[in-house]
Amino acid sequence: MVDSLYREQILDHYRNPRNKGALDPADYSHEDQNPLCGDEVRIDLRVHDGIVTEVRFDGRGCAISQASASMLTELVEGRPLEEVKAITKDDLLDELGIPVSPARLKCALLGLKCLKAGIYGVKSVHDDEL
Amino acid sequence: METRTTGLATRGIDPLDGAAVRADFPLLAAPPEPGTARVAFLDSAASSQKPAAVIEAMDAFYRRDNANIHRGVYKLSERATAAYEAARHTVADFIGAASARECIFVRNTTEAINLVAQTWGRRELRAGDLAVLTVMEHHSNLVPWQLVAAETGAELAFVRMTPDGRLDLDHLDTLLARGPKLVAFSHVSNALGTIHPAEEITRRAKAAGAAVLIDAAQSVPHVPVNVAALGCDFLALSGHKMLGPLGSGVLWGRFDLLDGLPPFMGGGSMIRRVELSGSTWADVPARFEAGTPAVADAVGLGAAVEYLSALGMDRVRTHERELLAYAVGALAEVPGLRTFGPTDLDQRSGVISFELGDIHPHDVAAILDEEGVAVRAGHHCCQPLMRELGVVATSRASFYVYNDREDVDRLVAALHRANRVFAIG
Repeated sequence: MVDSLYREQILDHYRNPRNKGALDPADYSHEDQNPLCGDEVRIDLRVHDGIVTEVRFDGRGCAISQASASMLTELVEGRPLEEVKAITKDDLLDELGIPVSPARLKCALLGLKCLKAGIYGVKSVHDDEL
Repeated sequence: METRTTGLATRGIDPLDGAAVRADFPLLAAPPEPGTARVAFLDSAASSQKPAAVIEAMDAFYRRDNANIHRGVYKLSERATAAYEAARHTVADFIGAASARECIFVRNTTEAINLVAQTWGRRELRAGDLAVLTVMEHHSNLVPWQLVAAETGAELAFVRMTPDGRLDLDHLDTLLARGPKLVAFSHVSNALGTIHPAEEITRRAKAAGAAVLIDAAQSVPHVPVNVAALGCDFLALSGHKMLGPLGSGVLWGRFDLLDGLPPFMGGGSMIRRVELSGSTWADVPARFEAGTPAVADAVGLGAAVEYLSALGMDRVRTHERELLAYAVGALAEVPGLRTFGPTDLDQRSGVISFELGDIHPHDVAAILDEEGVAVRAGHHCCQPLMRELGVVATSRASFYVYNDREDVDRLVAALHRANRVFAIG
């Protein structure tokens, strides 16, 4: 069979999302949409002494956007905020480990866009800046 | 085209052989890479594939006839002009226009509707005037009118739809009683395939005194369309959805209406006389074709129309109707699959919009793509319609002349795989 997007790890995160929910209050919170498919993701962070102590995401949409956001929360939890800021789209795509086509890149990067926009306090982050 | 006299011909309409038609389409005839399956292309509602006849007509134009039109006195320019105007006549005959002058070449349906909105709309619509659209419109027949309404203060109202994706004609009557200046609607829904009763809607709208624009992007490619029979004032179509080149389209308008309209864009070709202090306008249709047009694309569209005419639009419709019936039956066997749109297939073109369990349409389409099956997933440029259906998006399979039951079987097999991947059924 062809090299599928839908590997077990992706499907596992989609079916059993990690850190799903909300933090209220949160130190950083941002939500964004992918206008192409209507995917929605929100990410909440709590930071203590420069360390991301808690992270939650919520959202709905395709398996790629939701699994990617779920995996992102595992990637940032417990790490220094400065390191989290430095996470690039390639880091996340490596983590996903699947061949993401240009058409699905926006799905895969939605969570990271939320994370970055939340931390930097901006309305939106362009894909090229991730 | 060979004429057969057996089988369905006894009922008056000869069937198409999808596989034989496919042989005319280079992209579909061969696998994309050696050792892979050919693409089961089920997204013609977005854009169709092109037969060799269209590709060769454009190639021949560039190799033999290429020059700017309506200017040169040399033979090449005369040939290019003749080819361009011949294509205009071909399209005019195809849709039953009274004269080729009523056909304006544009880039697509969107441009055609914007042309009407910016010329007729800005002049005719005033504050407090009503323009009636429907909740099922493609954004291309909604946003241009929102722009004009914002500028003029005109009001937009929307015909409701029934749960199975037909227009509520009682609600149309309610809105017509308010005396709208315009009724603009799609002949066939791109998202659901609903074939709306365009003649009846037009008759009622004209009786109420409204001008009527029909978005025929999804009808002209798939069913016989005749503007005189429809009785409308404007009709917009896209060439790329009817086997023609991308970036080709036509606005048809009643000559007396077009003749009274101001220009859309200014520039070369659309003028009669230009002074520094002002200009006067060329006759229709040149008035609406500013600048050097897409001549080769018009030639390609003409070739596409000739190809469709040779197949016969009755046969095209019959073929798609049969394929639709086969697909509806086959898809009913897929666990968790829910379709949208009219159940009466006589009111539906070859379009099936569906959901598969709670799998997101983009995931469905991505898995189908892994099996070489191309469908569209998304809101189909119909966000208000999606809200009416209570969904964010759907997956959509759409059929055309080159599809056959094998394509449907591959779709069904791929949907079963999607269910397995997501562990449903």
